[in-house]
Amino acid sequence: MVKLYDRLFQDIKRSIREVDVNALYQELRSGRRPVIVDVREREEWEQGYVPGALFIPRGYLEMQIEDKVPDKDTPVYVYCAGGVRSAFAAKTLEEMGYRNVYSVAGGFSAWKHAGYPFVTPRQWTREQLQRYSRHFLIPEVGEEGQAKLLDSRVLLIGAGGLGSPAGLYLAAAGVGTIGIVDADVVDLSNLQRQVLHTTDRVGRPKTESAREALTALNPDVKVITHDVWLTSQSIMDVLADYDVIVNGADNFPTRYLVNDAAVLLGKPVVDGSIFRFDGQVTVYKPGEGPCYRCLYPEPPPAELAPSCDQAGVLGVLPGVIGMLQAVEAIKLLLSIGEPLVGRVLLYDALTATFRELHVQRDPECAACSPSSTLTPENIGEIDYQQSCLLPTRSVAD
Amino acid sequence: MAVTVLIPAPLRRFTNEQASVQVEAGTVSEALAKLDAQFPGIRDRICEPDGRLRRFVSVFVNGRDVRSLEGLDTPLREGDEVGIIPAMAGGR
Repeated sequence: MVKLYDRLFQDIKRSIREVDVNALYQELRSGRRPVIVDVREREEWEQGYVPGALFIPRGYLEMQIEDKVPDKDTPVYVYCAGGVRSAFAAKTLEEMGYRNVYSVAGGFSAWKHAGYPFVTPRQWTREQLQRYSRHFLIPEVGEEGQAKLLDSRVLLIGAGGLGSPAGLYLAAAGVGTIGIVDADVVDLSNLQRQVLHTTDRVGRPKTESAREALTALNPDVKVITHDVWLTSQSIMDVLADYDVIVNGADNFPTRYLVNDAAVLLGKPVVDGSIFRFDGQVTVYKPGEGPCYRCLYPEPPPAELAPSCDQAGVLGVLPGVIGMLQAVEAIKLLLSIGEPLVGRVLLYDALTATFRELHVQRDPECAACSPSSTLTPENIGEIDYQQSCLLPTRSVAD
Repeated sequence: MAVTVLIPAPLRRFTNEQASVQVEAGTVSEALAKLDAQFPGIRDRICEPDGRLRRFVSVFVNGRDVRSLEGLDTPLREGDEVGIIPAMAGGR
């Protein structure tokens, strides 16, 4: 007796188009970046998949395909383990209106047998699958993006008003390594805004308090504490190991110091600053946009730049600005969207308005222009506490 | 030309805490002069004695840095917004 299934499968095989693994390999090598859909189950995917393939288990195909492949004319190659499920999947896609669908005969086992390259994905724990499930659902993040975040290293300058919300959200997002530079201890007056710290941790080092908060939120995060004041001698070594710097320093010397070292090392800085009800956010990305010195060649005199200690700050304001910094850091790590490079976002809490300023590189910038005198060798000789100005080029040069 | 000058928080002690001030001006430098006539002393916080912009202040017309336009001579039109943005360092 011929089973109904056998007949159904034969009918479907006749009505769809099939290609062999060699044809798929040629297509991959052509550089045309074909859309490849893996319709197997998770356990099979984890053993390895065709490079660049989208993972959409057969059971989710109808629900997810239109989000991931909106253009119905795009050629779509579907594979499974041996070519059966992919045939049914191809049929479904044709019924949904996809006009160029190919089922890969022999599936992944034929692919592997032919000796073609495959990728073994990161193995997620059951807990991670749940923890990051909302990220996995966003095409711009997905499993690949989440893996990138877990492999990323972000340095927070300051575990204070800006560093607190930025740190918490970066940890929640699964940024795998978070470094924190801060030499202060938690003070009761910090707690109006520095949400990393708690009343029972008053008096303890901020780095330690931050570590406790971040690892309690997400044990995947490795916290590296730098319990020091940054100096021009130490900064290059501290910054060297990180992908993105989130600057929440509370003083000008540190801001110029971080800027100059980041320019030398080519590292992006997500900068935030706050004053009472006003906040600023921007991204300084060496080579692509201006640096801090392009905007402000020198710091203002003290009477024009009172700190939060002297002038006060609305407690929730650094929350808004620090979270915008976290968003920008994640965009940089994932290379998605349009980072705030060459743009400064101003937030006025009282009027509830955002303004955008367009800023350009200064062709004569003392830090990032070709005429800069700054080098990895001489940065350590500059005393930023004394003066944030860089040495000017002498006539003899 | 009626234009709006946005006053940054650290300079609002000059403007009776007003966050923006309307002035009649045809260029950025005229706007700053008018502002100083209303609120004496504020211009010195923005410009050097020789008239150039101080190096820790940026001035924008409708979100564009005047350094990328015509500097303090940048012409203004009715309704333009002149932003004065000083460097801020607060983070904690």
